[in-house]
Amino acid sequence: MSKITRRKFLAASAAGGTAIMMAPTKKAFAAGSFEGFPDGMGVLVDLTRCVGCRTCEAACNKEQKLPEPALPFDDYSVFDEIHHGNQKRRTTDKAYTIVNRYDLKDSDEPLYRKIQCNHCNEPACLTSCFVNAYTKTPEGAVIYNSHVCVGCRNCMIACPFHIPAYTYHSVLNPVIKKCIFCYDTRLKEGRPPACVESCPQQVMTFGKRKDLMVIAHERIKKNPDKYIDHVYGEKEVGGTGWFYISSAPFEEAGFDVHLPKKPIIDNVKDFLAIVPVVLTVWPALFTGFHLLATKGKSHGHGDDHSHDEQEGH
Amino acid sequence: MVNASKQLITGLGVLLLFSVLSVSCYAMDYPEEVEIDSLANLYEPVIFDHAMHVDATEGCAECHHHTTGTPVLNAYCAKCHTGDVEMDVVACQDCHSADPVSPENLHNPKPGYSYHNDQPNLKAAYHLKCLGCHREVDGPTGCEDCHAKTEAGDKFYHSGEFAPKEDAQHGAEHE
Ligand code: SF4
Ligand code: SF4
Ligand code: SF4
Repeated sequence: MSKITRRKFLAASAAGGTAIMMAPTKKAFAAGSFEGFPDGMGVLVDLTRCVGCRTCEAACNKEQKLPEPALPFDDYSVFDEIHHGNQKRRTTDKAYTIVNRYDLKDSDEPLYRKIQCNHCNEPACLTSCFVNAYTKTPEGAVIYNSHVCVGCRNCMIACPFHIPAYTYHSVLNPVIKKCIFCYDTRLKEGRPPACVESCPQQVMTFGKRKDLMVIAHERIKKNPDKYIDHVYGEKEVGGTGWFYISSAPFEEAGFDVHLPKKPIIDNVKDFLAIVPVVLTVWPALFTGFHLLATKGKSHGHGDDHSHDEQEGH
Repeated sequence: MVNASKQLITGLGVLLLFSVLSVSCYAMDYPEEVEIDSLANLYEPVIFDHAMHVDATEGCAECHHHTTGTPVLNAYCAKCHTGDVEMDVVACQDCHSADPVSPENLHNPKPGYSYHNDQPNLKAAYHLKCLGCHREVDGPTGCEDCHAKTEAGDKFYHSGEFAPKEDAQHGAEHE
């Protein structure tokens, strides 16, 4: 396993190293002026409509051929699940989208919110990936090549929405997994994602991002008492392909309202500058980590533990 | 969902008692019961007690907007529709497209209909209206309160006889 992974990794990094410095960043470096592809598709998510039926989760599971869920998709006890550190449910390698429930301060009715990749105009996952596993397609999807992914998890850390998940359970080929806007099966042919189509409430409206942005503002204008006057994702982190309107303040629905307007790429610019150095030492480091990881596993520890072990000695 | 949309299209061909409504709808002339079956797939058709809902609501406009000749409730619509013109189309599906993502939902292509942009698709028109009201008046809001799941539905939601077995998660961990 180590040989294959390393060979793949080295080949990819040789090709990817130059590409990272040249291609995708150049335009974005012009102070976040890249508004995404002009005809890129997007999804307007209207949080006032969601009733938490989880049909979208079931549709994604089917479309993406994901493993059987732990609980049926019409089991609503999942809304009470709290994971380590007071976390509500998050997307995983087995569920590219999940719906969470949020109790609001000024309302008896809770608010439900579907979470998936937001298909950023300038994706931090993409810019943080040093083997260029990610692509932003002209149709608007942020997809990735799992054959190139080396499982370094940079994108998990870079994503401002905590979306990419890691196949921890796969010993042979641990890679990143996330929502791909149904690119392979639908978006590529101009068809809407499975989750969008399945929703009984049309929480999600599919179309060209720029058209949907007009519609979002129109909905707010026509119903000023119903909506907060903000389209989340219009400007956040340079704009996202999936964006939101809501009746409640976005922070109450678990959104990070402190994200910069500029793309995250500006923050990782400095990081990118040191990439060439990293690339020269990385193969050695990677082999080291890998050996440690394997060693750790045989002792029943995770790689973090084995790393500590090593440093301790 | 590929299958689902195929079935949906076939289902549309078979059509639909709901079009009864479109024949005529004078204030006192309406069907007592309507079977809403055009989209049935994951759930059985809805047998809609129209008469009961006529009694329970303030007026036709609560569901039918301006089309039945009673004053429209939405202030935005009221800018044009004074509510004194009866239309010959009153069924939901006469205006709301069954195609869940038809571009025509976003931009109504009919001349003079530019204020009718951003129309919900038919499935959403039903659910937004029904559930919207039911939530306000504490009516039934569970999916199966209105329509029972079909076998296809159970399969889709991994529920009923298709519910995950005890060891399912365990199995997935070690795939
Ligand atoms: S299918 Fe639609 S209404 Fe149901 S949980 Fe998903 S987004 Fe909400
Ligand atoms: S939401 Fe996260 S994973 Fe999705 S495109 Fe943006 S940065 Fe990448
Ligand atoms: S767009 Fe496709 S992959 Fe993404 S959440 Fe929806 S169904 Fe899943």
